[in-house]
Amino acid sequence: MNTPVLHLEGVSRIHGSGELAVHALREVSFEAYAGELVAVMGPSGSGKSTLLTLAGGLDEPTSGRVVVEGTDLTAAGAGGRARLRRTAIGYVFQDFNLIPALTAAENVSLPLELDGAPSRAARAAAATALDELGIGDLADRFPDEMSGGQQQRVAIARAIVGQRRLILADEPTGALDSVTGEDILRLLRARCDAGAAGVLVTHEPRHAAWADRVVYLRDGVVLDDEDAGETVGARR
Amino acid sequence: MSVKHALLALLEQEPMYGYQLRVAFEERTAGTWPLNIGQVYTTLSRLERDGLVTAGETDSDGHQLYRLTAAGRAEVTAWFGSAVPRTQPARDELAIKLALGVSARDLDLADIIQRQRSATMKALQDYNRLKRKATDLGHELVLDSLIFAAEAEIRWLDHCEAQLRRTADRAVR
Ligand SMILES: Nc1ncnc2c1ncn2[C@@H]1O[C@H](COP(=O)(O)OP(=O)(O)O)[C@@H](O)[C@H]1O
Ligand SMILES: [Mg+2]
Repeated sequence: MNTPVLHLEGVSRIHGSGELAVHALREVSFEAYAGELVAVMGPSGSGKSTLLTLAGGLDEPTSGRVVVEGTDLTAAGAGGRARLRRTAIGYVFQDFNLIPALTAAENVSLPLELDGAPSRAARAAAATALDELGIGDLADRFPDEMSGGQQQRVAIARAIVGQRRLILADEPTGALDSVTGEDILRLLRARCDAGAAGVLVTHEPRHAAWADRVVYLRDGVVLDDEDAGETVGARR
Repeated sequence: MSVKHALLALLEQEPMYGYQLRVAFEERTAGTWPLNIGQVYTTLSRLERDGLVTAGETDSDGHQLYRLTAAGRAEVTAWFGSAVPRTQPARDELAIKLALGVSARDLDLADIIQRQRSATMKALQDYNRLKRKATDLGHELVLDSLIFAAEAEIRWLDHCEAQLRRTADRAVR
C-alpha cells in the first residue's frame, strides 16, 4: 500500500483563457491505492469528470502531474498515454460506450488486440473477464441484444480485461435501476478487493458508501475532510 | 413502533414464550431496534387482556407459551394489509440546527453541512459493510431501510447547501 496506483499532484485544469477561463480543477491532490475504492462526489460542474479524464489520460492538466503506476502521463506523451489506456487503465462510462457492431466478447478483447496481443490470447482474456462478471453466456450477443445492466457488465469486463490495475468509473450506475446499479457496485468493489485501485464518480450517496473513502469536490477544489468531524466550532 | 403487531406477527408463525419473542424479534430485524423484556411482557399481558393471544400451556422447561386467537390472527392480517401511518416527525435536531444556523451570525453553515455529510456518509459506509455481510433477506431489507434514510439525509444536506449558495449569489448581485 506504499505507492499509489493513481497520484494527482497539485493538478489544475483551466478551460479557455482570460475572461472566459473556467477553472475546472484547482491544485487538486488525490491518490488511489491498490485495493481501495475511492468515491468522488460533488454537485454538477464541480470537476468530477475532469478529474477522471485527467486520471485516465484522456485530457492533460494545465499544471501539476498525473502519475499512474509510476508513469507521469504528461511525460509519457500521446502514444504512451494511449498505451496505458489499453493496458493499465480501465474506464467505465454512464452510457456504457460499447461498439454496436461488435459482440460482447469483441468489445472486451478489442483494447488487447489494439495493443498487439495475439487474437487468440485476447479472446481468451475476454472470455475470462466476461465469466468473472457472470456473463460468459452473453459473449456472442451484440449490445442492442442486451439489457442496460448486461451492457454495463460488458463495459466493466472491458475495463478490467488483462489485469488492469486502475478502474475509473464515471456515474456507472446512472442509467440503471437501483438493484442493477447495486450489482455493478458489488462488481467494482470485488475488483478492488482483488487488488485494483478504483475511482467512482457518483451522485448517489448510497453508491458512494461502497467506497473506502469519499472525496468531496466543490468548484474544482477537494474539500478537506481531515478537519471535518474534528473541529468543534465552525465559527469563522 | 408497534411492538404489539410485531409480536402478533411472530406468534402467527408459532406459539412462543416471552424471551423467545424478544430474541426472534431482534434476530429478524438484525438487532436494529433492541426490545427490553419488560416491554415484551407488558405488551403480552395487554394482548391477552384484549383477547388477541392466550397464555396457554407451559413447555417442558416451564416457559409459558403464548398463542394467537382468531381475533389476533385477524389483527395481524389487517396490520399487514394496511399502510403504516406517517407519524408526526420526531424533533429533528439537525433540521433545527440548520434552521437556527441560517440566522446565526459568524457561522459557516456550509462547513457545518459538510461535517454532517461526512458523518452521515460514515454511517452509510458502516451500513453498507453490514449489508455486504448479510445472508438473510429480512436483514438486508432492514439495512436498506437505514441506508435509504441516511441517503435521504445526505441528499437533503446537498439541497440545503445548494439553496444556501443560491441565496448568497443573489445577495452578491
Ligand atoms: N471542454 C470544456 N470546455 C470548457 N469548459 C469545460 C470543458 N469541460 C468541462 N468544462 C467546465 O469545467 C467544469 C467542470 O466540469 P466537469 O468536470 O464536467 O464537472 P462534473 O463532472 O462534476 O459535472 C464545469 O464548469 C464545466 O462547464
Ligand atoms: Mg460529470
